[in-house]
Amino acid sequence: MKLTTTISKFDGGLTLVAYKHLSTGSAISCMEECKEYVLPLQQHIGAISQPLVKPGDRVLKGQMLAKPGDLVSAAVHSPVSGTVKDITAHDVPHISGLQDKCIIIENDFRDEWVEREPLGESYNQSTSHDLRKIIRDAGIVGLGGAVFPSSVKQTEINIRTLILNGVECEPYITCDDVLMRERAEEILSGADIIGHIIKARQCIIAIEDNKPEAISAMQAAIDKDGTGFFHIQVIPTVYPSGGEKQLIKIITNKEVPKGHFPAEIDVLCHNVATAYAIYRTIYFAEPLISRIATVTGHGVVQPQNIEVLIGTPMSACIQHCGGYSEDCDELIMGGPMMGFSLDTDNMPVVKATNCLLVTAKAENTHRQKHLPCIRCGKCVEVCPVRLLPQQLYWYASSKNTERLLEHNLFDCIECGCCAYVCPSDIPLVQYYRFAKTTIWQQERERRSSDIARQRHEAHQQRLEKQKQEREERLRQKRELLKSKTGDNESDDKSSKQAAIAEAVARAQAKKAEQSKNKSDK
Amino acid sequence: MIFKRTPSPHIRQNITVHDMMFKVLYALIPGAIASIYFFGWGVLFNLCIAISVCLLTEASILKLRQREVIETLQDGSALLTACLLALALPSLAPWWLTTIASIFAIAVAKHLYGGLGFNPFNPAMVGYIVVMISFPLEMTLWTSPMGVGAGWPDFSTTFDWVFLGSLPFAETIDSISMATPIDLLKTQLNQSHDIIETRNNISYRTLFSIISGTGWQWINILYLAGGIWLVKKDVADWRIPTAFLISLVLISNLFAVIDYANNSSALFHAFSGGTMLCAFFIATDPVTASTTPRGRWIYGAGIGALVYIIRSWGGYPDGIAFAVVLMNIAVPLIDYYTQPKVYGDLNR
Repeated sequence: MKLTTTISKFDGGLTLVAYKHLSTGSAISCMEECKEYVLPLQQHIGAISQPLVKPGDRVLKGQMLAKPGDLVSAAVHSPVSGTVKDITAHDVPHISGLQDKCIIIENDFRDEWVEREPLGESYNQSTSHDLRKIIRDAGIVGLGGAVFPSSVKQTEINIRTLILNGVECEPYITCDDVLMRERAEEILSGADIIGHIIKARQCIIAIEDNKPEAISAMQAAIDKDGTGFFHIQVIPTVYPSGGEKQLIKIITNKEVPKGHFPAEIDVLCHNVATAYAIYRTIYFAEPLISRIATVTGHGVVQPQNIEVLIGTPMSACIQHCGGYSEDCDELIMGGPMMGFSLDTDNMPVVKATNCLLVTAKAENTHRQKHLPCIRCGKCVEVCPVRLLPQQLYWYASSKNTERLLEHNLFDCIECGCCAYVCPSDIPLVQYYRFAKTTIWQQERERRSSDIARQRHEAHQQRLEKQKQEREERLRQKRELLKSKTGDNESDDKSSKQAAIAEAVARAQAKKAEQSKNKSDK
Repeated sequence: MIFKRTPSPHIRQNITVHDMMFKVLYALIPGAIASIYFFGWGVLFNLCIAISVCLLTEASILKLRQREVIETLQDGSALLTACLLALALPSLAPWWLTTIASIFAIAVAKHLYGGLGFNPFNPAMVGYIVVMISFPLEMTLWTSPMGVGAGWPDFSTTFDWVFLGSLPFAETIDSISMATPIDLLKTQLNQSHDIIETRNNISYRTLFSIISGTGWQWINILYLAGGIWLVKKDVADWRIPTAFLISLVLISNLFAVIDYANNSSALFHAFSGGTMLCAFFIATDPVTASTTPRGRWIYGAGIGALVYIIRSWGGYPDGIAFAVVLMNIAVPLIDYYTQPKVYGDLNR
């Protein structure tokens, strides 16, 4: 087995204790079905999906419940057959902690699928356009955690290099690892489909060197494939190597230009789980209704990876894994670095749920309050984007938008490296998120006031124009009238006199008649 | 089940401001012991006075500002300021000199600007400059180092001088104090005795020793050792001391090559006065130093150049404090213009 060597590295990054072994001890286990599934309409980046069903409708497994709301959006499908119980606001796993609109499906346990026509092997006779439409209709989004609609990423055709991201750099998470161990051939088939869509000439599969089992499983599948299209690139275990831009730098030694997509440098990056989902769609006409999720941490009794239907309550997943341990502390969706804590487990597993991490009280490292920044610069050393986190913090606390933009706030990938090393324990990422949303809000307000002003100005112009037009019409009318009276002045006079004479005659006649009537009486 | 919510990341490296400050203090210990060994009880008195006054000042101001007193004192920053100040002051500094410098460092240079993290100037150096400008004579009162002449005076003589301002009969302040090598070279040069002549003068030979002066060379070597440990422990930034030393050595070497009779060697500059203390402990104060990687090179090199300029042509014997504070002033400008290009910025 020959492995190619690492080509490059990105700046900064961290070496973290991985805790991967907790959940890799057993095979992927399948969750039993639940009574009720909750499907948020916003599980992806982009516009909210538009519901196609109404409460009371009977739906089949795999049936589209909501269609993409815009170009950048994704469809939502029913994970089971049953009835639409309600379309209402429900707790969803979102960093804001707010509720969102969800379709609630009651399972009838009949497991009735919609009619399916899988393409299978013959997909290579389809055009990129058709395949992208199938992927779009299957609601497939990036399953590494970013949940960006996959078909949108694939719009650029003829991209030379497809990178399959099997890095999984966050501690605890192992869902991609076990997927590669158990379903390597299926992942390669999915990658083949993506490669066909973008006409890629090579596919590089990037895996961190702390996953030897996944590497050998993938290598075995590649050897079996034998086309020479796939290569494995083993990369060192450094957080956040799994970040798309960081991984591209490692593999190609090129940086994605600021403000552009990776296609700009002839690269497309997809997660291994996304490739697997695409395989399921093309070969089995199965939309994205399930995913592999890691349930792990020292706060859960039997950490493991589960294959779970989207919409399953998190509490059911935890129950499946033996429930909470005595000293469980926090419930986190995602990894310990970028994941966010949830206040309840009465929430559905969504497309982004790669991991449910339950921490133990003993591990809690949060301190009550933070000290002032001493500008030690440890955050600069670890920032993978070469930002100056300490300066961003300073400007974020003083709400200096101009300086924040000068210091490239929006290039921050929120990986949390800066906050991890901060000796003053400053929750830096929170400051940046808050600053970003504040600036977005200002931008929105500015835009809406711009629009209002434009509309007001347009309205004023319209009124002005109407006024002018009216005056113009009146003027023309007056002129017409004037010119008329000027031309036929003499005629006019005589006609007037004639009219007067006529009226006088009529009046006299009337009078005469009246007096005659009187006399008759 | 209901959980509490906390911000990400949910794991943290186990390092605190307290740890960092105390590591700096530990790294000071070898150099401080050498200082006490070579310059006697006065150094110890300086440390005691500075530490108690700094901590008291910090505590009272925190109380006035209605902040947590005990918790904030534990960050170790006031303690560190006190130690740096005490080790920079001359070994025969009277108690009131140390007291004034300490109060000024903590009250004005640190807390008037908002306390830890907000002070633009190095507090210890501001305290030092205040007494340097106000009491230039007292700032030259160093004991003769161990091994030179009679060495340093005994406990009671030093105690009487420092705390009571009196000396035993038959002793004068001139008889127990001695100019430092940097100071001596400067006054001799002003009297047109060049460096070779001064260093070969039989009465100064023991003072100058091999490199840069009895005591001074050892103190500097030990600060260098402590500093390297700090850099290895990732507490002090490596760029600032490197840039500082490179710049000081290059500039002094340039002048020494041009005119070795009137300019001290690079080796002398690197190991005399407060060079190593400044390089690893004072210039590296993160709060007041430049915070960008490139900026730290400029900042360190700037201090090196200024130290050389002040030592060679300035009115004061050593230029550390002025050099550091002058570069502190330039920090916002340096930081602004040395921002690294972010990932994917093509205008590299």
